[in-house]
Amino acid sequence: MAMKTSSPVPSVSVERPDVGTVVNLPTVVAVKSLVWVDGQKALEPMEINALMAAVAEHQDVDAYQLLYRHFVPKVRAYMSKIGSDRAFADEMAQEALLTVWRKARLFDPGRGQASTWIYTIARNVRIDALRRGPRPTFDPNDPAFIPEDEPAADVVLERQQDADRLRVAMASLKPDEIKTLRLSFFEDMAHPAIAAALGIPIGTVKSRIRNACLKLRAILKDA
Amino acid sequence: MSQAARNTQGRVTVLHHLNDELLMSYAAGTLSEGWSIGVATHLSFCTGCRQRLSEFESIGGHFLDCEEVEGDETAGWEEIQKRLNVPSSNVTAIAVRSDPLMPQPLFSYVKAAGGLRWRSLGSGASQMKVPTTDSSTVVRLLKIPAGKPVPEHGHSGRELTLVLAGSFGDSVSVFNRGDVELADDDLTHQPKATPGEDCICLAITDAPLRFTSRIVRFLQPFLGI
Repeated sequence: MAMKTSSPVPSVSVERPDVGTVVNLPTVVAVKSLVWVDGQKALEPMEINALMAAVAEHQDVDAYQLLYRHFVPKVRAYMSKIGSDRAFADEMAQEALLTVWRKARLFDPGRGQASTWIYTIARNVRIDALRRGPRPTFDPNDPAFIPEDEPAADVVLERQQDADRLRVAMASLKPDEIKTLRLSFFEDMAHPAIAAALGIPIGTVKSRIRNACLKLRAILKDA
Repeated sequence: MSQAARNTQGRVTVLHHLNDELLMSYAAGTLSEGWSIGVATHLSFCTGCRQRLSEFESIGGHFLDCEEVEGDETAGWEEIQKRLNVPSSNVTAIAVRSDPLMPQPLFSYVKAAGGLRWRSLGSGASQMKVPTTDSSTVVRLLKIPAGKPVPEHGHSGRELTLVLAGSFGDSVSVFNRGDVELADDDLTHQPKATPGEDCICLAITDAPLRFTSRIVRFLQPFLGI
């Protein structure tokens, strides 16, 4: 893969509440300013989108490094549920992050958050690692695939608002419900395993998940 | 154009969808391979369920966001940097062949098994077992002649049926191409293929079906159903 430098540089808006300003700069400059202001600070979703765009369009290694530093500890934590072998989990995290670099062009901020996209990549790497067999998935290039209508123009902003609403909605769940969802989404447990881990009947696991779904949907649809 | 061609090539309007439990397990990556084939093949048809899937996946993204970070986030950077310019062997595009009956991922599974090969179940119905690496489920294709009943059975465990061609119905509803019927052990029903066209379905079960007919039950081990 060649490092591209000559293509037109897109402009991005990056809101920086910490410095009280909206930065509207070419991607590469915005990325540099992030490094310059605070390399350690957790990245905001819009900053992450700008970095993803820089990686997708320019194979920008500096942008990728910021993404790497932000996500690799999180993905490592996710992978650590594979088993006791720490080195193997770290290797799987590296594999997932490398896939982020290679497939950055496939990320569409109009369809969802970068963290969700990276979660799905890590999940697929983990399924492969656990040798549960292949992960059957639909293929948007399949001629039999029925595509979505084109997303509306300001859909990226909408996705951002969706993510904000999800945060609010998650905060409204009972601790038991969050714990159950987390075991499923982060600890890789199927319902019987969750029931065993929490010492509750499987029916309770299902009803917690069902209640959580209803609450989340009510709040997400409300807006 | 024949009825079959219209049904398989026209725009699909899905009326019967996946439930939250299946979609959420698929999003979390905890659903086994057999069920995932049914879920993913329905997702090929259904923009609505794909939307719900991405909502569930965003819960995973949320947990990733929330993960409290400890340790050295620069670890591994030197190594990964060296790999950035190495093209990966597995990102080369694989040409996808079109199949009017079976969307992906089902098509790949059937192709890997050597293509469609029907075995008679008697009474005009036939089936093909779809090989997977998942021993907790049985995945198969069923072909029921137009107007004929699906062999009578109760369920021991769950069953997912996805219509690929024609349609079937029971006393409650009609299921067309793209529609999913989910059943559990409470349900004994006898759906019939709608007259006019043979009905082809993908059926996934998590335990062998318990046929009510004594003869079919006797033959079950030999028929492999």
